Amino acid sequence: MLMTADVRESSQSAPAQKTTRDIYLPPTRKTVTGGGAAHISAKEFSIYYGEFEAVKKVSADILSKYVTAIIGPSGCGKSTFLRAINRMNDLIPSCHTTGALLFDGDDVYGKFTDEVLLRKKVGMVFQKPNPFPKSIFDNIAYGPRLHGINDKKKLMEIVERSLRKAAIWDEVCDRLDKNALGLSGGQQQRLCVARTLAVEPEVLLLDEPTSALDPKATAKIEDLIQELRGSYTIMIVTHNMQQASRVSDTTMFFYEGVLVEHAPTAQLFTNPKDSITEDYITGRFS
Amino acid sequence: MNIGTRKILDRSFTALGIGSIVVMAIALLIVLVPIVSNGFGAICFTGTVEHRKMLLHEFRRGGSESLTSDIATSDRYRSKVYGMLTQFEAELDRMEPEKKREYKEKYTQVRTALQALLGPMPGDPEPMLTRFKYGQTRWEKAEEKAHDLLYESKWDNSNPNVMAKEYFVSRAIGFQGTSLAQLFPYVRENLENMLIPKFTVYWGFITDSSVDSHFFGGIWPEIQGTFFLAVGAMLFAFPLGVIAAVYFTEYAKPGFFNSMLRSANSTLAGVPSIVFGMFGLAFFINTLKVSESKSVLAGALTLAIMILPTIIRAAEEAILAVPKTYREASLSLGSTKWNTIATVILPAALPGILTGGVISLGRAAGETAPIIFTAAVSVGSAIGLADVFSSPTPALSWNIYNLASEHEAASQIRHVQYGMVLSLVTIVLLLNLSAIVLRARISKKLKG
Repeated sequence: MLMTADVRESSQSAPAQKTTRDIYLPPTRKTVTGGGAAHISAKEFSIYYGEFEAVKKVSADILSKYVTAIIGPSGCGKSTFLRAINRMNDLIPSCHTTGALLFDGDDVYGKFTDEVLLRKKVGMVFQKPNPFPKSIFDNIAYGPRLHGINDKKKLMEIVERSLRKAAIWDEVCDRLDKNALGLSGGQQQRLCVARTLAVEPEVLLLDEPTSALDPKATAKIEDLIQELRGSYTIMIVTHNMQQASRVSDTTMFFYEGVLVEHAPTAQLFTNPKDSITEDYITGRFS
Repeated sequence: MNIGTRKILDRSFTALGIGSIVVMAIALLIVLVPIVSNGFGAICFTGTVEHRKMLLHEFRRGGSESLTSDIATSDRYRSKVYGMLTQFEAELDRMEPEKKREYKEKYTQVRTALQALLGPMPGDPEPMLTRFKYGQTRWEKAEEKAHDLLYESKWDNSNPNVMAKEYFVSRAIGFQGTSLAQLFPYVRENLENMLIPKFTVYWGFITDSSVDSHFFGGIWPEIQGTFFLAVGAMLFAFPLGVIAAVYFTEYAKPGFFNSMLRSANSTLAGVPSIVFGMFGLAFFINTLKVSESKSVLAGALTLAIMILPTIIRAAEEAILAVPKTYREASLSLGSTKWNTIATVILPAALPGILTGGVISLGRAAGETAPIIFTAAVSVGSAIGLADVFSSPTPALSWNIYNLASEHEAASQIRHVQYGMVLSLVTIVLLLNLSAIVLRARISKKLKG
């Protein structure tokens, strides 16, 4: 219980503290109201695969309702870190962690944490679109049904709202009973976003959501992230630095498991403090 | 390796593959053609008036005016034969003792052959066995019997250096000069009139019970028994197998105990079926006493144990083939492990699981050894659903074996055996076909 509720309240009430959370925004971006507190915070957080330390003693605060991008070369631990937040790494038997990872002030890896409840609050969209082999409606309704909503009318409302939020309603509204695997890759990915939104999470984790998509579908996903910004805390892992600079408010740069730099996006891309960061963003290695 | 050799190797391997497939297809044809053609002979054949009489008396079926007139016609032609016999018997009485003895023996042979052909004669006592109550019911058998009547089989062993050779002598010659000599040309000419052969489609072969251990009637008790045993085995094995497969793939932690369990499962799949049969007798009947003696329940349990490893294997493979991404997606939506299995993994694995299940069902239907000691009897009537806990049942696989090896008159009812084989092959084939169709339909539904 390191990051308690009153800390967040104080960060909002005290203007002096709030300015430290201020981040540079391009003039086109809408401002985020009510955000800026640390939603997720890592304290000396390490992740091991057996003996191998994949993420090394990361300490960082992820700001509520802002978009945080995670960049870094392949194998630097950025996906591992992201997947640690909703405990998807539990699927790998050899994986264990040290340090603390706090979500809303509660330890994600605490003894009494219910990972099922956690995952309801921390939704995830994966690299490859992975709709279930069910109808579009059943895909979206899957989460709400899990959490006990069985009323057909209510489900329909949720499905429509989620699909609208994910900006795919107009494309699929006339074929909700068709199999979701019949959609194009980009539509499938937005469907996956809608499916995640249907359980009303607080955090949205996007693990390279556009790496399997063509540029047009990528642009739609990026627009979608802009739409959702301000409503959800969003974290996005990406290989595409233009994408990171386009969509994110703050950026984390990982290198060999270490969080090298975590700064407002504009600052990190224009004025990196670390030489490795500079080498990476200027494309000297990848 | 240069391009030329590589191409030659490639082509020769293709040829080898095509060749082996052709050999397999020919072997399959060689096996299937006699099964199918002879098996249909059990249902579609040329039946005599005796067959129709038998149906009327044993099954109360087919009584009609045409049958009455057929019987009248055949009786009219037969009465002449019987008249000849009476005439000859009187002649025999008047003969000198030595001559009488000689003719008496020959006459008995003729009379027996006639009985086999036409059934009991007027004045004969009622036979004990149903099979002797009727003449030949099938025309091709009647022709054989007629040949036996007209010709006497003799063996030529004059030359001790070669194997004895069979040859036929007309019986008419032996009776030359007596009143019976006219019988043989009469039978030869009027065989059709006496038996009135008609093309018959006897669906009762599938739906009737057998009469006098498969001499007449059909194989419904066997078909039903096979169905009970196979479905019963599935009722036990399918849920257990799927649950075990879910445990192995989703819950089991790698370790000594679980690797032992897995290898035990693989070993179980290779155990000979007769061993399962003995195990079923020893365990289910003698130890657990699920029934007094043989019963459908004990047989189904034994078959279930036998097909369990196959079902577990198939279900495991099917579950492992479900993409990991489905699991991740479901878990990331806040679903529990059990929910993920029940709502995502099992539905996606269903085609594979069902295919394994139906193939096992086919195997359970076809196995003989496990039910010999636990469920099967050679002759029996169809049992009701309530009797499955206590009664044994006839079953196709076991009765095919029985007719082939233990039946006292196996050679006379080959057509029944072929019919059973065809029925069993058809049942197994239909099951496998339905597995393919089911799989295709579910896969199509999953793919959208």
